[in-house]
Amino acid sequence: MAASSQNTTSSRALRDAQLIDSSGAWAKEARTAASDRAQAAGLPQRRDEYWKYTRPDAFVQADVTLQASLRRSLEIFDQRTTVLVTFEDGKIQSSALPSAAHCTLESLMSASALDLHWARDIYGRLEAAGQTPVQRSLAAVNTAVAREGLMLNVTGAVAAPIHIHATSSGQTDAIIHNVIKVAAGAEVTLIETGQYGARTNSVLEVDVADGGRFHHIRVQDGDERHLLTHIFGKIGAEATFKSFTLTAGGQLTRNECVLQLLGDDASVSVAGACLGDGPFHHDDTVFITHDAVNCESRQVFKKVLRNGAVGVFQGKILVKAGAQKTDGYQISQSLLLDDDSQFLAKPELEIYADDVACSHGSTSGAIDAQALFYLRSRGVPEAQAVDLLTLSFVAEAIEEIEDADLAQDILDHLTETLSAR
Amino acid sequence: MLNIKNLHVKLEEEDKQILKGVNLSLESGKVHAIMGPNGSGKSTLSYVLSGKGGYEVTDGTAQLEGVDILDMEAEERAAAGLFLAFQYPVEIPGVGNMTFLRTAVNAQRKLRGEEEMSAGEFLKVVRAKAKDLKIDAEMLKRPVNVGFSGGEKKRNEILQMAMLEPKMCILDETDSGLDVDAMKLVAQGVNALRDDKRTFLVITHYQRLLDHIKPDVVHIMANGRIIKTGGPELALEVENNGYADLLEETA
Repeated sequence: MAASSQNTTSSRALRDAQLIDSSGAWAKEARTAASDRAQAAGLPQRRDEYWKYTRPDAFVQADVTLQASLRRSLEIFDQRTTVLVTFEDGKIQSSALPSAAHCTLESLMSASALDLHWARDIYGRLEAAGQTPVQRSLAAVNTAVAREGLMLNVTGAVAAPIHIHATSSGQTDAIIHNVIKVAAGAEVTLIETGQYGARTNSVLEVDVADGGRFHHIRVQDGDERHLLTHIFGKIGAEATFKSFTLTAGGQLTRNECVLQLLGDDASVSVAGACLGDGPFHHDDTVFITHDAVNCESRQVFKKVLRNGAVGVFQGKILVKAGAQKTDGYQISQSLLLDDDSQFLAKPELEIYADDVACSHGSTSGAIDAQALFYLRSRGVPEAQAVDLLTLSFVAEAIEEIEDADLAQDILDHLTETLSAR
Repeated sequence: MLNIKNLHVKLEEEDKQILKGVNLSLESGKVHAIMGPNGSGKSTLSYVLSGKGGYEVTDGTAQLEGVDILDMEAEERAAAGLFLAFQYPVEIPGVGNMTFLRTAVNAQRKLRGEEEMSAGEFLKVVRAKAKDLKIDAEMLKRPVNVGFSGGEKKRNEILQMAMLEPKMCILDETDSGLDVDAMKLVAQGVNALRDDKRTFLVITHYQRLLDHIKPDVVHIMANGRIIKTGGPELALEVENNGYADLLEETA
């Protein structure tokens, strides 16, 4: 199926990108291949099963009509020393790129100007591998046209987290493509805060080699915004991959995470907590493929919804033949604070090995009346008691964060966000 | 301290009268016990007094130090000095016991227009009180009541009571699910809080708890009413003869 609407930003961008591309050989090649993938797949349609619960229209329509605003979420981690990388209106501030031991930081722009670059083995490759069995054409569009992003090459244990903070104002459209390579035995934490644009299409490709450790903590806020993110991860033997996302704002968010466990004894965790209020639609779509022995994967998603907010979860664990001793865990839960809110969940398991333990659960519920009374009987006013029970509800997702200090920062931010609303 | 007059209560959802004219007068500094068979309305009385939803007061009043409490929110009653030790304390995963205690203490202070307790001061006070109840630092850090044994949960209730320093304490079957040693420890905690300004209403099935928390007055409740009031000897009578004689007497 070819792209049906020629008048979309995405297809226009594809055409323009090819006309002006003066990049080095590897980047040109990756972009051309991605462009072909996108053209062949066509843009997502409302009738696509894969987009059943979230309308793709907002991501493919021609013009962005939202007004981004500058947010202060940088302060969430201000108790921590971080290596700060900033984006303004979708552009990486490359003149101010910091340096840190055991890693190199470059912009996509400068990396793609070279004829040879380490990112060649990752950029668009992991995204392409994540196109089956379901096509994610907007990620392919991203690979084809993205000009902005961070290329992070991690060769050892990086002490302080690498912190991307993005600010944006006005009707900005951002296409961001970040690539991270974690060498064997290396370790890094990536923090992402702020918003790249009023409308953002972002791709993060992460290659974690054997014994490598990657931690990702992301805070998505901003009032008026549409956000589509893709994470594509390739995880080697005995490696660790952990990604946590807190979403506390925005009108439309879809976070896709596609992970391939390719080496034995690896461990991954994808977790999310979201607070939805009013015109808020939040979609977590996860696909984890076990293609090695004795790997563990965890998906932990908690959504707190009120005033008509909608939460979506589509999570799948695919256990390939031979991926014995797989331990897969998947939980998606919503706390509906009123009758107007909605949670739509589609948990899936597909298992071709016979010695595996996979569990999944999905629930929707209201605030527990007994717990609410317990708190109020101790003098905690109702609104504050509901906030405490909300924190209690999302705690399991936050506990997926390994670093206790960063987890505390997230908890504090969440507490503040709750008491401010 | 607490005056209950002609209290009639029915379930909100169904047309079922639970309390059918309860009269009780609890003086400052006294310990009153309420005993009674299952379904007599003891727990309902404790819930209605502390402000739990689902009940409808159809007649009567309840005043704490002369102030009508039945129209107050649960948190306002707590701030006014009322405390209910739960029969089944609720587990709250993900919220640390210490956070919970501090939130409660400061929420009450705020409602009363008092200054909040500083983190340092709070820590000092809570550690001292926890020690008396043999609650260790680990238990203070753990999520509220999660993974606590029956005894730990009840001790945690008494710790909350000690921190909140209420004037009127209602203990709803605090002895349920406790072994002898745990019951002694809980009773010690309660006795340590007894003084001439604090009043207790101890609800129990068994006389056993009253060996450790000695009541001044014992009431027998049945079928939504107080049917007999007497001294501690009344509890012993129940222990020896059961409720049947008393019920017949008043039938």
